Amino acid sequence: MNSANHIDELARNPGTELDLDWILAVQANTSAIERRCKSLPGRRSIKKSNQAAWLLKAITCIDLTTLSGDDTESRVRRLCQKAKFPIRADLLENLELEPGAITTGAICVYHDMIAAAVSALKGSGIPVAAVSTGFPAGLSPFPLRLAEIGESVQAGAQEIDIVISRRHVLTQNWQALYDEMKAFREACGEAHVKAILATGELGTLRNVARASMICMMAGADFIKTSTGKESVNATLPISLIMIRQIRDYHDRTGYKVGYKPAGGISKAKDALTYLTLIKEELGNRWLSPDLFRFGASSLLGDIERQLEHFVTGHYSANYRHAMG
Amino acid sequence: MKVKEILETMDYGNAPENGEQAMDWIKKHSGEMGLYINGSILIPDGKEFFETRNPANGKLLAKICQASSEDIDAAVNAARQSQPQWEEIGGPKRAKYLYALARLIQKHSRLFAVLETLDNGKPIRESRDIDIPLVARHFYYHAGAAQLMDQEMSDQRAIGVAGQVIPWNFPLLMLAWKIAPAIAMGNTVVLKPAEFTSLTALLFAEICIEAGIPNGVVNLITGDGRVGEKLVTHEGIDKVAFTGSTAVGRKIREAIAGQGKEITLELGGKSPYLVFDDADLDSAVEGLVDAIWFNQGQVCCAGSRLFVQEGVADIFHRKLIERMNKLRIGDPMDKSTDVGAIVDPKQLESITQIVDDGLKEGGTRYRCPAELPDSGSFYSPTLITEVDPACRLMQEEIFGPVLVGSTFRTPAEAVALANNTRYGLAASIWTENINLALDIAPQLVCGVAWINSTNQFDAAAGFGGRRESGFGREGGKEGLYAYTRPIHAPSKKLVKVGALTGNPEPDYQGIDRTSKLFIGGKQTRPDSGYSSPVFSTEGKLIGQVGQGNRKDIRNAVEAAANAQGWGKAFAHLRAQILYYLGENLSARKNEFTDRIFSMTGCEKKIALEEVTAAIDRLFTYAAWADKYDGSAHGVPIRGIALAMNEPVGTIGMICPDESPLLGLISLIAPALAMGNTCVVVPSEPYPLSATDLYQVFETSDIPSGVVNLVTAKHGDVIEALSGHMDVDSVWYFGSSGHSTAVEKASATNLKRSWVNHGIQRNWSSNEQGQGREFLRQSTEVKNIWIPYGE
Repeated sequence: MNSANHIDELARNPGTELDLDWILAVQANTSAIERRCKSLPGRRSIKKSNQAAWLLKAITCIDLTTLSGDDTESRVRRLCQKAKFPIRADLLENLELEPGAITTGAICVYHDMIAAAVSALKGSGIPVAAVSTGFPAGLSPFPLRLAEIGESVQAGAQEIDIVISRRHVLTQNWQALYDEMKAFREACGEAHVKAILATGELGTLRNVARASMICMMAGADFIKTSTGKESVNATLPISLIMIRQIRDYHDRTGYKVGYKPAGGISKAKDALTYLTLIKEELGNRWLSPDLFRFGASSLLGDIERQLEHFVTGHYSANYRHAMG
Repeated sequence: MKVKEILETMDYGNAPENGEQAMDWIKKHSGEMGLYINGSILIPDGKEFFETRNPANGKLLAKICQASSEDIDAAVNAARQSQPQWEEIGGPKRAKYLYALARLIQKHSRLFAVLETLDNGKPIRESRDIDIPLVARHFYYHAGAAQLMDQEMSDQRAIGVAGQVIPWNFPLLMLAWKIAPAIAMGNTVVLKPAEFTSLTALLFAEICIEAGIPNGVVNLITGDGRVGEKLVTHEGIDKVAFTGSTAVGRKIREAIAGQGKEITLELGGKSPYLVFDDADLDSAVEGLVDAIWFNQGQVCCAGSRLFVQEGVADIFHRKLIERMNKLRIGDPMDKSTDVGAIVDPKQLESITQIVDDGLKEGGTRYRCPAELPDSGSFYSPTLITEVDPACRLMQEEIFGPVLVGSTFRTPAEAVALANNTRYGLAASIWTENINLALDIAPQLVCGVAWINSTNQFDAAAGFGGRRESGFGREGGKEGLYAYTRPIHAPSKKLVKVGALTGNPEPDYQGIDRTSKLFIGGKQTRPDSGYSSPVFSTEGKLIGQVGQGNRKDIRNAVEAAANAQGWGKAFAHLRAQILYYLGENLSARKNEFTDRIFSMTGCEKKIALEEVTAAIDRLFTYAAWADKYDGSAHGVPIRGIALAMNEPVGTIGMICPDESPLLGLISLIAPALAMGNTCVVVPSEPYPLSATDLYQVFETSDIPSGVVNLVTAKHGDVIEALSGHMDVDSVWYFGSSGHSTAVEKASATNLKRSWVNHGIQRNWSSNEQGQGREFLRQSTEVKNIWIPYGE
């Protein structure tokens, strides 16, 4: 079963054949999943230096995001600057870390902002992620969605966050979902692809689980909860069912797929709970930006305040930290 | 460790709970804990003490009083003195005290939690998030039960003084389960906490004082097993409630036999955990963490026997092992600890011994790789697979973090394996198929079944077992009856009814009619080959009945066991048969009247009344058959707990000697209505109206084996019937004083018993001769927890 211990640690998920038997055997018991999530924060407590380290880790996993109709180059540049220097230098020093040791995982923008972001991040090593394929609804003509990926990659995006066609899940058209995802993956070429499931629109946890598995079979590098535009975004139960699929996929194929919860995670405490969930269900290897990201815009601010509290012993204030 | 290093390791680090305030509380008492008697906490002069230690590090916590006989007397007397007044003030006033206790527990919740963890070794997460909130909830719920008692249970009253003995695994929670319902219903209590874990009980004593509980209503005495033994056998106790091991429960049952005390027992278990191939396997694995590694597995209802359907067994075991690798074992005071300390080195030794011995018979062991602390009492969470029913590991309660597992092929096999045990406490069923889940749950012999969940508790749902897991329920309305008795309970002394004597020479004018026994739907000769004469008031021989013996009882029980399908028949069918029985009896009204008249010498009018009442009783229970509904408890989950009334199984009945027809019908009718099968020993002096019933049964469509009658001298068969392992309950209403023997023999398999203790029941009265009391005795309440949500 654990076929793939020999697979290179950093190998990219190439996908598999569509295995419908596997898909249909996937189960998700909502009540039990909710119970696990409810008790989890009480089962693990992370304090003091450990908490500080975990919060720093969380920062390295943030896809600092702006996805607004009023985005401009200057807005994006400001965000990129924050991505490079997410915490105040004096705090870093106090934590005995070198300047530049901590950056966010990526910057996430719409296609038209890629160029600005790439230029602002030049030399930092921070990748630019672009949402794509008719984000957020994914209902534009299929060839245009594929073309959008190509353009974004060409513009310098190293990561493409695609949206799946929710209707394929809702009508249980797994073949169509698989084919779509496979086409997206191919269009991405060398760029890594995150599959946004828009879990808030999939109806049931079982659908979320099955859609997760299909996307991995079709070669997704990451699976991601939501666009941030649905009324329900990342939740712990949705995260749990998705990462359990990642674990099963890894067990069966040996390939590691990343996970990105997006939307609604804005507190440092929530970030710790998510990291705990990942550590408990997937293991330490996943506590790394190559396999885990937060899609979040306001989370960083709360983490900064908590870190200042750790360093100084005093509760902090917003204005003491640079805005992104 | 430096932040930079932790960034690499991503360890949780330590998150210790602060134990200072709890230690201060102990210091406040100078480390010597008193008894709580008649409203005061005191240390009697010249008191002996024993030590209580923190099992996580072996350090001394405090010294606890060993209560003396005088202390026990004082506590019981205080409870006796205060009981009438406590009952008299009424439910709503008692409710206010219970409410105050609930509030005070919440107010001091962290102190309770920390103290519990220091004393017991359970992880602080559990005492903080599970034990103490459930304790508060229990008092809230029972505050409500007290409030509503006068309206909703107007036919019930308090039993009197309860003597309660509780175990060390959930010290404060078990105290709450015992005290809350008892005092809510107007009883007063003397409770003994377990020797290992007395501290939170003593903090509770302070709360009772703070709440202004009247003196003597709650008394807490500490000490070892000797104190418990003296308490439960004390003549001032009316009701014994015990939670603990099956061995001690059996001893208690025997020790108080014949003392006229009510008793409920919540004992050991070896509860099955069934995983079907369509289950959410990851969730089922997670459930096992809560089933067997919760409280170090020291849980009576722990899901300790894992059965996985064969198609998914490999993958399930692999997932389980992966999950075990993530368990954190160690300091119970650390907020990130999953598995804490075993309560005492003695218990650790017992677990080690059972496992090491058991492994010699087979099984593959996997131990959680986490390192154990250097000192303290710890045991690695353990999985042992490939354990078969014949292995001791599958049969014996280990009471530690040890899961034994096997596989099954079909749902039927899962049920068979699950029920192949002396215990019958709880069960967990994992499947995404509601048809399967709701088919399996009723087939399992247990008091609680959890579907797609495990170890769910709430004050609103009854908890308790069957078989050697004990009897009685705690929680829910069903649990309240453990602390009440009917207002119209009989109280007059029973007069022994003797057989009439006469000339054993038959007159040969008629054709000989020697009654046989009625077993498995057939009239069979008694094994003994002996018959006894029955005489009329004039001393005339009016018939002969077979002298049944233990072998006839054996045969009758076997027939009854084979007729259990009766319990699965639709209630409507059972109603129809009971109506038919009444109809057929009615057709022979005169014959039965004459029989009673000639056997007992009563007035003919009285005999006629008895027959009429018997017919009416059959109609009453025909009516009840499809109306004694269970309930859907409102438990705090998205879902329901279905409290289903199930038949007890096979009930052995020794009928009253007086009212030979009505007495018998009053017992079998409720039992049959609820789906039980019966082994009936009729009135000893007046057996003929029972043997006359054979023909009525035969014409009334009662399936073979559902009712079996063995005429016998009661003394000859008491032992065989009450001690029979395949009898689930035994009722004794005879007049020869066998109540003690029945209760004593019932301890063999810890079956339920219901005896008269030499008190006369008025069978012709509707208040004493029929009703819900009879239906409760004829049913077991099973709570099936059904969470839902897609």
